[in-house]
Amino acid sequence: MVDFALTLWEALWPLIWIVIKILAIVVPLLVAVAYLTYAERKVISAMQRRKGPNVVGPLGLLQPFADGVKLFLKETIIPSGANRAVFLLAPMLTFFLSLVAWAVIPFGEGLVLADINVGILYLFAISGMGVYGILMAGWASNSKYSFLGSLRSAAQMVSYEVSMGFVIISVLVVVGSLNLSDIVMAQKNMWFVIPLLPMAVIFFISTLAETNRHPFDLPEAEAELVTGYNVEYSAMTFALFFLGEYANMILMSGMTTILFLGGWLPPFDVAPFNLIPGPIWFALKISMLLFVFIWLRAAFPRYRYDQLMRLGWKVFLPISLAAVVVVSGVLVAFDMLPVAGGMR
Amino acid sequence: MTFMQRTIRTWFLTELLKGMFLTFRYMFKPAVTINYPYEKGYLSPRFRAEHALRRYEGGEERCISCKLCEAICPAQAITIDGMPRDDGSRRTLRYDIDMTKCIYCGYCEEACPVDAIVEGPNFEFATETREELMYDKMKLLDNGARWETELASRLKQDAKYR
Repeated sequence: MVDFALTLWEALWPLIWIVIKILAIVVPLLVAVAYLTYAERKVISAMQRRKGPNVVGPLGLLQPFADGVKLFLKETIIPSGANRAVFLLAPMLTFFLSLVAWAVIPFGEGLVLADINVGILYLFAISGMGVYGILMAGWASNSKYSFLGSLRSAAQMVSYEVSMGFVIISVLVVVGSLNLSDIVMAQKNMWFVIPLLPMAVIFFISTLAETNRHPFDLPEAEAELVTGYNVEYSAMTFALFFLGEYANMILMSGMTTILFLGGWLPPFDVAPFNLIPGPIWFALKISMLLFVFIWLRAAFPRYRYDQLMRLGWKVFLPISLAAVVVVSGVLVAFDMLPVAGGMR
Repeated sequence: MTFMQRTIRTWFLTELLKGMFLTFRYMFKPAVTINYPYEKGYLSPRFRAEHALRRYEGGEERCISCKLCEAICPAQAITIDGMPRDDGSRRTLRYDIDMTKCIYCGYCEEACPVDAIVEGPNFEFATETREELMYDKMKLLDNGARWETELASRLKQDAKYR
């Protein structure tokens, strides 16, 4: 009997351990999402010289939980014309995809759930699938606003993914590995944001479009589409979209941090800086990028749809394509190509 | 030169950055909004909100049922019935204001020869039912009693401009 319990424990322990690790990522992430909404409201209100949420809890710090409880208690309304299964599946998919991408993100040296060698490809694939949740939501709602919003969103995300892909390639030829930890370690001496600044800017702007954030929030365009693809959603289904969207913002900031801002590495490898543990640097860099996300929302008006497409296809795509050629050309010319197997 | 400047501006996103730093500077300026239910903004003595019917200091109603306010009311929100009292002075029997019709133009106040009907500073009179907004004479006189100090001081402050 004792033997049986031991073998069962031995069989189950890896499973329990991985669940613990997943929870250690997901729970802080969801709290971060909650406080990102709070930070957004506070920062934007400060920039617009308003007070922002300040009633629930000290300085309104409990506001995100009040919002969460409200959304949780409300009724989920399913429109009679909607395709029930797809309608309910869409927010779940969006939420699921925004969480599942975090599996390969390295929070520190060796602090990663799945240290796979195609990490960046996996991230790119997952963020590319994000468009499905939105398309499904738009189609299944059976409403013209949702449908138009989701069409815009799909077109926008696909367009900007192309230039994002090229920017990633130009980083990859410098690193010589698709493993996210390797990409970070390759920035030990110099963060890629310095030699690859134009690509970093393009990547960051593309992540704005990819997450449907201002100034590229056309899928939501309150003025003409009410709120785009999530008009028909209420209560928890809406909350899942919302969580997914904000988790995606954090993910994209994390991706930018890993590719260009040296991931968990301190800015200078000297005493006061390298004493602070890696995950804290990582979180700080992500927070800084998220602040820029919010800042841009307060600063800029929304792009017109044709301007958005022009920027994506006629500006970013040629530049990022040229960047791939220039970066690899420079690497070949100065014989700096990472040797196969040299990094790992 | 201008071409160069324009090109540099485009490629270095200078205008976008300028705009961003403008909003960034604003972040550190004090908020211009107030914490409304706890803090309140300044109201001019001419601010027109909830109506009140005033009385003389002796307690006699000011309103003499001349119906000038009823006549001038552009929204036709006021209804008055009146007749001479036993002592021969004319007073209202009925003075109703439909607050849902009222547009707060202040004409009633201006038309009144005895400063009886006035619009006070109280704008927080929201109700839960529509019926509660059909004010009658009792309610208006009650408002007058409640706000008299404030109303008198407002009238005094504004008197030189009337």
